Amino acid sequence: MALIAFGLIAAVVILSALFVIAARNPVHSVLWLILAFFSSAGLMVLIGAEFLAMLLIVVYVGAVAVLFLFVVMMLDVDFVELKQGSLGYWPFALLIGVILIAELALVWSASGSLTFDTFDPSPGAETNTEAIGAVMYTQYLLLFQLAGLILLVAMIGAIVLTLRHRPNVKRQNVSAQTGRRRADATELKDPTPGQGI
Amino acid sequence: MTELGILHFLIVSAALFTIGVVGIFVNRKNVIVILMALELILLSVNINLVAFSVFTGTIQGQIFAMLVLTVAAAEAAVGLAILVVYFRNRRDISVENVDLMKG
Repeated sequence: MALIAFGLIAAVVILSALFVIAARNPVHSVLWLILAFFSSAGLMVLIGAEFLAMLLIVVYVGAVAVLFLFVVMMLDVDFVELKQGSLGYWPFALLIGVILIAELALVWSASGSLTFDTFDPSPGAETNTEAIGAVMYTQYLLLFQLAGLILLVAMIGAIVLTLRHRPNVKRQNVSAQTGRRRADATELKDPTPGQGI
Repeated sequence: MTELGILHFLIVSAALFTIGVVGIFVNRKNVIVILMALELILLSVNINLVAFSVFTGTIQGQIFAMLVLTVAAAEAAVGLAILVVYFRNRRDISVENVDLMKG
């Protein structure tokens, strides 16, 4: 039963990955990518790695894929023109792919039988999330903090890269605004009646 | 091969990795699809890490997969930011012309 489910989900993963690189429209590519992420989360649920599966959906589908979608739609690119002449690269790319698969198969055949007796998605704990949390905040605290630092650097980097200073734009100058005195802004006049200023 | 083993996951992961690499070579015009192919490659790495973690009964693989996930998200953010800047400068995201930026 698990094998049937695995086969179905794995087929969806591989097919959607193929469509990611073969789709003509990049928006379709992003949507196929989302399907690939969802179904690989399914693969992880199948072997009990529930936390990673949910993280995959939250991070990849919720953040990365949406980011891709935003950028694809924001850039005003002529996608029809982009696809012109890309067919010529397929034979070379397929050659690379075949070589890579052959190498991976070679490694597998040379490594002998890969069978593990154990099957334990949450060693030493009740649930998968508990097992991860028990070591992540103790043994791997430094790595966890460094991951946060990497995200911070990436965030600042992305902001700095895309920040643009436009000339001739009026901005609010708070210090000038609050530093203003009555004498700078108003002038007392004493007009004689019937003459105006 | 009668029950779910690590080999199944390795096969899926290898296929996904190869598709990602082929995707990088095929798309000489569109940088966005290259970034997506990179995400596919990182996904295959994650599947491998999680499969080995579960089938050897150690949790470290899943911690590591989480770190890979973090780096993948950071990489996507910075890569797309570079892409936006590049498009702003050249009105075009063709990979073939990137070397025109050489000083």
